[in-house]
Amino acid sequence: MPISILMPALSPTMTEGTVANWLVAEGDKVGPGDLIAEIETDKATMEVEAVDEGVVGRILVPAGTENVAVNTPIALLLADGEAASDLDAAPPPPAIPAAPAVAEPPAPAVPAAVAAAPPPLEAEVPAGTAMVAMTVRDALRDAMAEEMRRDGNVFLMGEEVAEYQGAYKISQGLLDEFGPRRVIDTPITEHGFTGLGVGAAFGGLRPIVEFMTFNFAMQAVDQIVNSAAKTLYMSGGQMNCPIVFRGANGAASRVAAQHSQCYASWYAHCPGLSVVAPYDAADAKGLLKSAIREPNPVIFLENEILYGRSFEVPDLDDHVVPIGRARIVRSGSDVTIVAFSIAVDWSLQAAELLAAEGISAEVVDLRSLRPLDLPTLLQSVAKTNRCVTVEEGWLGCGIGAEVAARVMAAAFDDLDAPVARVGGADVPMPYAANLEKLALPDAEAIAAAARATCYR
Amino acid sequence: MAKTTRRRRKTAPAAVAATVDEVLGYYREMLLIRRFEEKAGQMYGMGLIGGFCHLYIGQEAVVVGMQAAIGEGDTVLTSYRDHGHMLACGMDAKGVMAELTGRAGGYSKGKGGSMHMFSRERNFYGGHGIVGAQVPIGTGLAFAHRYRETDRLSLTYFGDGSANQGQVYESFNMAALWQLPVVYIVENNQYAMGTAVGRASAQTELFRRGESMGIPGMQVDGMDVLKVRAAGDQAVKHVRAGKGPILLEMKTYRYRGHSMSDPAKYRTKEEVQRVRSERDPIDQLRENILEAGQADEAALKEIDREVKDIVTEAAEFAQQSPEPDPAELYTDVLLEA
Ligand SMILES: Cc1ncc(C[n+]2csc(CCOP(=O)(O)OP(=O)(O)O)c2C)c(N)n1
Ligand SMILES: [Mg+2]
Repeated sequence: MPISILMPALSPTMTEGTVANWLVAEGDKVGPGDLIAEIETDKATMEVEAVDEGVVGRILVPAGTENVAVNTPIALLLADGEAASDLDAAPPPPAIPAAPAVAEPPAPAVPAAVAAAPPPLEAEVPAGTAMVAMTVRDALRDAMAEEMRRDGNVFLMGEEVAEYQGAYKISQGLLDEFGPRRVIDTPITEHGFTGLGVGAAFGGLRPIVEFMTFNFAMQAVDQIVNSAAKTLYMSGGQMNCPIVFRGANGAASRVAAQHSQCYASWYAHCPGLSVVAPYDAADAKGLLKSAIREPNPVIFLENEILYGRSFEVPDLDDHVVPIGRARIVRSGSDVTIVAFSIAVDWSLQAAELLAAEGISAEVVDLRSLRPLDLPTLLQSVAKTNRCVTVEEGWLGCGIGAEVAARVMAAAFDDLDAPVARVGGADVPMPYAANLEKLALPDAEAIAAAARATCYR
Repeated sequence: MAKTTRRRRKTAPAAVAATVDEVLGYYREMLLIRRFEEKAGQMYGMGLIGGFCHLYIGQEAVVVGMQAAIGEGDTVLTSYRDHGHMLACGMDAKGVMAELTGRAGGYSKGKGGSMHMFSRERNFYGGHGIVGAQVPIGTGLAFAHRYRETDRLSLTYFGDGSANQGQVYESFNMAALWQLPVVYIVENNQYAMGTAVGRASAQTELFRRGESMGIPGMQVDGMDVLKVRAAGDQAVKHVRAGKGPILLEMKTYRYRGHSMSDPAKYRTKEEVQRVRSERDPIDQLRENILEAGQADEAALKEIDREVKDIVTEAAEFAQQSPEPDPAELYTDVLLEA
């Protein structure tokens, strides 16, 4: 039977077009790839090629015809051994099969966590465990060393991580123990070494990529988001990317705008990433160990000011903190203060100020920003009926905005006051000491917001 | 560490002397890609394929010749113009076509589309939609091969337009510094969308783009599968010998528009026609085969028929396979530990 040549769609939006010109006549022989006609679309004039071999038997739509709908037969092609007399037996245009029907509309985009019951806040550390004092810096180093001993596929790369022992001395001693094969100084080439790390992870290794600070990771955001975070989805679940991106995030001290920015909300925005931002040394260690074991990309946000701070760390062979769990760091009954990273420190100070005034504040350390531990937040708000969020980054589209929206949607009836947000001033970070201080939140600002939610 | 005294430019070898079986295999592979792409173009015209769809027609000799030069366990990745690479890696035409139609039977379950397909089993690492982004990733695969102390290598393809991305040179630098096992292949099809190479590149001899880092380069007639194979053999030998990266510039040509909706006004019809009639990789090989008496018309016709059947079957599968289940919307965001 003759083959119908159909009016093609030549762009994603084309529904009809004009047959401008025929480049073949009835009786001409054509083969795959031969130009047969010119079609005018809504955007341009384009050439159409034959796909099959044969003789042009009949032109059904003459040159100059306008408004020819896509998929209308425009000519008939006679295959090997067919004659003109076969033309009248031409088939009706092949029905273009719609995709077989699908079952039901997609589930609404409500995060599953909302529906889940709050997990029990069981102790992460067995009772009676001895504690040792340790800096955040050493906790991070120990976490990497333990995981590198445990799994030969784990390696560390970044600027100055090996011979210099880390720009902030986080990787002190790792080169000695693991050698240059696994502790690798890179050139200053964030975009390149981030992509290289992603490729190594696709290839089955478990890279830890250190950014000297997250300010420089902006050079590499494309590889983090487009390559690391999205490929599992785009591959239908085949190509996972087990990689940790870690380094100092947020304001240090007096280094001005380009070196003082919090990127928490940037990464927490993206499906395919997990984002953690520990406050103390125990969580720094336990969360980094979890992050290294994750089969997916994890953004691990550290804080330069906290690196030298000592905390109690459980003296365990394998202290692991699961990603996605918040922690109540101070119990209270009047207002919930939600913070992460160094803002937890300011919030604890604020809780002291408030206690002196007779306001009992509960401080929740989010620890993970994606996924957010909503059940723990809701449990706290159900008790206090008030909520203040704290971050050092800009408030617009920030972590506090996200927490406020989720708490409002899930616990509107529990709230006795609007959720209040405390964050960095909406300006690039200034250098002058006094201005820098004014640009960052502090205990007093947090206490003021908490008082306001208590109408005091 | 990189040696700066190394000879930088290699002369491309003459065509390889391949066996009859090999030659017929290349013919079949190139024809499969050509027919597959023609079919994809037709199905796009029927509205069965959406979005961007970048056809490889004209460039078939590059991927077929290079694939013949590598071995089991070597990894391959490229840009969004990836259908030919996947077929050459031995991925199933049905799964590729079904991904183009966005169906559950596609390699990415319909969630990736034309530009995003992968197969760990066939060592194909994508399918990347961001121009140039696959180059550091391919370099990272080479890093993984070396880390594991295997002798496997990474074939990392990119276009002439991508050759101007900064991350390409960041990758070259690290690959040369660490002597990573990677063959970089720039498919110079003369255009990046509508921009001819000379309008975008200060140095248009793209094989020289690694010179300052001591990466040897070779310019190859990418329309001659036997010459590609010969250059590929030489490059693979260089890399497997532990001499670090090498850069092959394949001079090739794409016949169709950049993607399906490109009216291609930046070049003349005559230019396209000239390449098609004088340098077509499939026609050239076909003539060689007949001249050398490696096969007769009937044998080639049999190959045509075989290829046609594969493509027809793929097209049918790609239309019959159901759309992904709505529940798939939320799967594959994170791998469960
Ligand atoms: C970073 C980035 N910029 C722009 C684009 C849009 N774009 C897609 S393909 C392309 C041209 C690339 O040409 P080339 O590298 O020569 O590859 P070819 O299409 O010829 O295979 C452009 C500009 C993109 N996908 N990514
Ligand atoms: Mg190009």
